[in-house]
Amino acid sequence: MDKTKTPFSKDTKLAELLTEDRRLLQLLPRFGIGLGFGDRSVDYVCQMNHVNTELFLMICYIYSNSDFRPGKEELRHINMSDLLSYLKASHRYYLDERFPHIEAHLQNIIEACGQKYGPMLSHFYKEYKQEVMRHIQYYEEEVVFPYIEALFNGQPTGSYKIDEFEHNHTNIQDVLDDMMNILLKYLPGDILPKERIEISLDIMELSDDLNRHSLIEERILIPYVELLENTQS
Amino acid sequence: MKNRVIICSTSEMVSIGLAEIIDSMAQFDVVLRLDSPEHLSEKTLATDANLLIIDPTLLGYQNKDFLLNLGKEYPHLVVVALVTSYVDHLHLMPYSAVIEMNDSRQKIINKLNELGTDNTSKRNDDVELSKREIDVLVAVAKGMMNKEIADLMNISIHTVISHRKNITRKTGIKSVSGLTVYALLNNLIDEGELI
Repeated sequence: MDKTKTPFSKDTKLAELLTEDRRLLQLLPRFGIGLGFGDRSVDYVCQMNHVNTELFLMICYIYSNSDFRPGKEELRHINMSDLLSYLKASHRYYLDERFPHIEAHLQNIIEACGQKYGPMLSHFYKEYKQEVMRHIQYYEEEVVFPYIEALFNGQPTGSYKIDEFEHNHTNIQDVLDDMMNILLKYLPGDILPKERIEISLDIMELSDDLNRHSLIEERILIPYVELLENTQS
Repeated sequence: MKNRVIICSTSEMVSIGLAEIIDSMAQFDVVLRLDSPEHLSEKTLATDANLLIIDPTLLGYQNKDFLLNLGKEYPHLVVVALVTSYVDHLHLMPYSAVIEMNDSRQKIINKLNELGTDNTSKRNDDVELSKREIDVLVAVAKGMMNKEIADLMNISIHTVISHRKNITRKTGIKSVSGLTVYALLNNLIDEGELI
């Protein structure tokens, strides 16, 4: 691992790591790490919460440095069920918290748009939400993750292979960016400007988060599953 | 932004030599060298060129029509003649400038600088959609596929894709559903026209 690119280690204080990159704060609930960790080290807090320290750090690295790629040897040591529960927790965060939050704001904007632009904006969002649900809930959680779990436990897996994985997050992000462009650039300026700025900031944050999420899938999940497939075939 | 130049000449010697002179100029970049005017329009679009230097003999008798059509399609495109053999001066009228075989390096540089192709004050073009792009946008918004749009507009799929790239670059919108909302907001289509 390139040490220059990984400014923190398992002995770094968790609090220090969070001041280094405040986006890492949102990872804590997904790992089930509670607040009140005081001045304890990353390793200590992880162990206290039964979290795999290596995996936690790997994900932190990807969050704060988009060029980071774990090596094969590091991948071998991660714990698959921890990784899956992390990914599922991220999904819950997007579907149960972020999207409903954005949707609630958007609803106000749609109402303020009136008959002229309201319905099409509402249609645009509904279509988008369906696509998000399809990918995250019906595809990843009902097809991909069960496959990985079966593979991991040495059970029969059917015909699915990980190289069929749909890299659909790009599309999910594209539409999210489009939504932001529409809100900022193209809707008439006098419709709820304050709310539009606020929701755009939320969208930027979510888009960035989704970007990291797909990096985690591409650089940890998929290579790991490939390793698993190769040892079993 | 630099001027983007296409050189079109059958003589590789001439075209490489000219490219060398032009590339030495800070405000100019040769983006493509061609030996025939085939698919010139599409290539202009694909490279986003704003200056075409072409040997008029390559265009034969359709000279004027060709330039006229090109001018309609790319209003910002400046066309310069590269004269390698005798050409009647009447044929050179439609060109913005004429480069001759025995022109010195400095003379060529001066001629190009005098064209006033200032790509920095560049065309609204970078912001506003062209007529063709709007046609493509409307078709995309109505749910048409690239192949269908190509057939409808009588252009190649490649050109449709180039237009779509430019639309995305100008509007910042990538998805079909986003482009549909854009088209509706800008009154380019009615809700009724959507399937």
